[in-house]
Amino acid sequence: MNAFSLAIKNLIRKPGRTAALTLLTAFLALSVFGGSLVVSSLQRGLHSLESRLGADIIVLPASAQSKVSFEKLLLQGTTGAFYMDASALDAVREVEGVEIAAPQTFLASLKADCCAVKVQVIGMDQETDFVVQPWIAQSYSRSLGDMDVAVGCKVEADVGETLRIYDENCHVVARLAPTGTGLDTAVYCNMDTMNHLLAAAEQKGVSHKITSDSEETISAVYVKVKDGYDIDQVNSKLNGHVRKATAVRTRSMLTQVSDSLAGVSRTVSLLIAAVWVLALIILLIAFAMMAAERRREFAVLRLVGTSRRGLCRLVLTESALCSLAGGLIGIGAAAAVVFPFTTLIETQLGLPYLTPDARTMLLLGALALGVTVLVGALASAWAALRLSRTDPGATLREGA
Amino acid sequence: MILRAENISKRYFRRTGQANYFEAVKPLSLALEPGSLTLLMGRSGGGKTTLLHMLSGLLTPTEGKVWLGDTDLYALPDAQLSRLRGEQIGVVPQGRSAVDTLTVLENVLLPGQLCGRPAKQETALYWLEALEIGNLADARPAALSGGELRRMAIARVLTQDPQVILADEPTGDLDDASTRLVLSILQKAAHEQGKTVFVVTHENDAREYADRVYRMDGGSLS
Repeated sequence: MNAFSLAIKNLIRKPGRTAALTLLTAFLALSVFGGSLVVSSLQRGLHSLESRLGADIIVLPASAQSKVSFEKLLLQGTTGAFYMDASALDAVREVEGVEIAAPQTFLASLKADCCAVKVQVIGMDQETDFVVQPWIAQSYSRSLGDMDVAVGCKVEADVGETLRIYDENCHVVARLAPTGTGLDTAVYCNMDTMNHLLAAAEQKGVSHKITSDSEETISAVYVKVKDGYDIDQVNSKLNGHVRKATAVRTRSMLTQVSDSLAGVSRTVSLLIAAVWVLALIILLIAFAMMAAERRREFAVLRLVGTSRRGLCRLVLTESALCSLAGGLIGIGAAAAVVFPFTTLIETQLGLPYLTPDARTMLLLGALALGVTVLVGALASAWAALRLSRTDPGATLREGA
Repeated sequence: MILRAENISKRYFRRTGQANYFEAVKPLSLALEPGSLTLLMGRSGGGKTTLLHMLSGLLTPTEGKVWLGDTDLYALPDAQLSRLRGEQIGVVPQGRSAVDTLTVLENVLLPGQLCGRPAKQETALYWLEALEIGNLADARPAALSGGELRRMAIARVLTQDPQVILADEPTGDLDDASTRLVLSILQKAAHEQGKTVFVVTHENDAREYADRVYRMDGGSLS
């Protein structure tokens, strides 16, 4: 019987003690893995949002509400629509320093018989768009034809199916990669399809017209600034030049999201650190109690030929096995809690949230396991050291 | 193998009367010969157990040396001393000395397995039978009485088959019949197997099994 098999027997035959230590370490692994998974998902969501908002400036209708609506639409997938006259696009293009101006028009479908699903429909000008098309190109290499739509990953429609919007049949030709933002719940089409859908919506009583005689409307203009121009200056010029519209730097929008994300990350990180310290303290106490309870047993082991180092090895092996089992249980529990509730977490946080890929998750799992085993080892090392220094002769005399 | 104590003493540093220390064992020399059973008797608190622990390599003397053959026990590093104890010095300590998570049989086989010289299971079972606890081989120590645990500790030492056996009140919890059984087994180990056997006891009846009897009171040997 070596230290390993003795440790296994000790763990199996003292199930209460083993379960308590395993549970403690499982709780630690759960918090470390669960917390880092949430933080990592938020960071990935922000990166995804950055790449989806490839514009320097977004021009929106000039109501205070519209920017809020736009952010909600972008982050939480709330459906909504706001419009400005299409002439705003020309005004944007007239401003010096504007390299590309790509319009988008929004339309919210209804939760009614005329629509298969309640989604945000986003129409884009395929000739100028530099925001949505690169994303669509990842899944669909051709241009969107009339009445073709590309759907976000959370829209319940598969490629080849028909999606009914305001009693118009749209053909799903692509399903887009996830972004972790509200864009995943939207449907994308070209401007001709959008105009068709706007007309259909008009017939159902959903008006997109700003005034009764306005012909064409758009919801937003994505602007790319020419190299060498100051984006803030161009933004100011746009605000001065384009009537009834507000130009917003995407960075300021991202900064707000980033600040919120930093706040959440900080809170989660603090929680992880608190749990880490708490677990270390509890484990230190648990191992100290265990050491006190098992003093005589360890003295007997010394008596029958176990060296100090052998004793340390036994305690550390027991702790490592407990931590390893606890770590795996905790990681499994965290996965069972976090993955099924991804949508709920995303909704509650109101921030872009994109679950990491398998490789990152494996790395996070390994990290959580490493931290758990390290804490177990640190806590037990102290107990092992104390035990190994105890005089076995004196211990054997106690309570003899 | 001869076990020798050379001017060993043990002092504990605590204020007692005029002195700053308590001398549990006063300087003494002792030679335990192979093939003989030596008895150490005396009143409680006389230093008997302290002496036994120093002889077994468990307690470093304040002064003096302990030799097993040509080996100075306390000059060895811990790993070597522990290995030597596992292989050549069998100790029956006072009180409970079981690893509670192991069965009686596993406890008896433990020393050999820990030092990489595993004893045969038949040998362990033989000694358990000889000590009349063969039926408890698969029991856990928590289910055993004090007397049964003492006999388990003795079976462990006999299975370990060391050159030297040091037993601290091995008959403490035993009835008369079991006491006679244990003492006769230890006597046979000395006389028939040539082992060096040293027994600390309060039993006057044990004298008839001993080749030599020492008395220890107030830390002094006589």
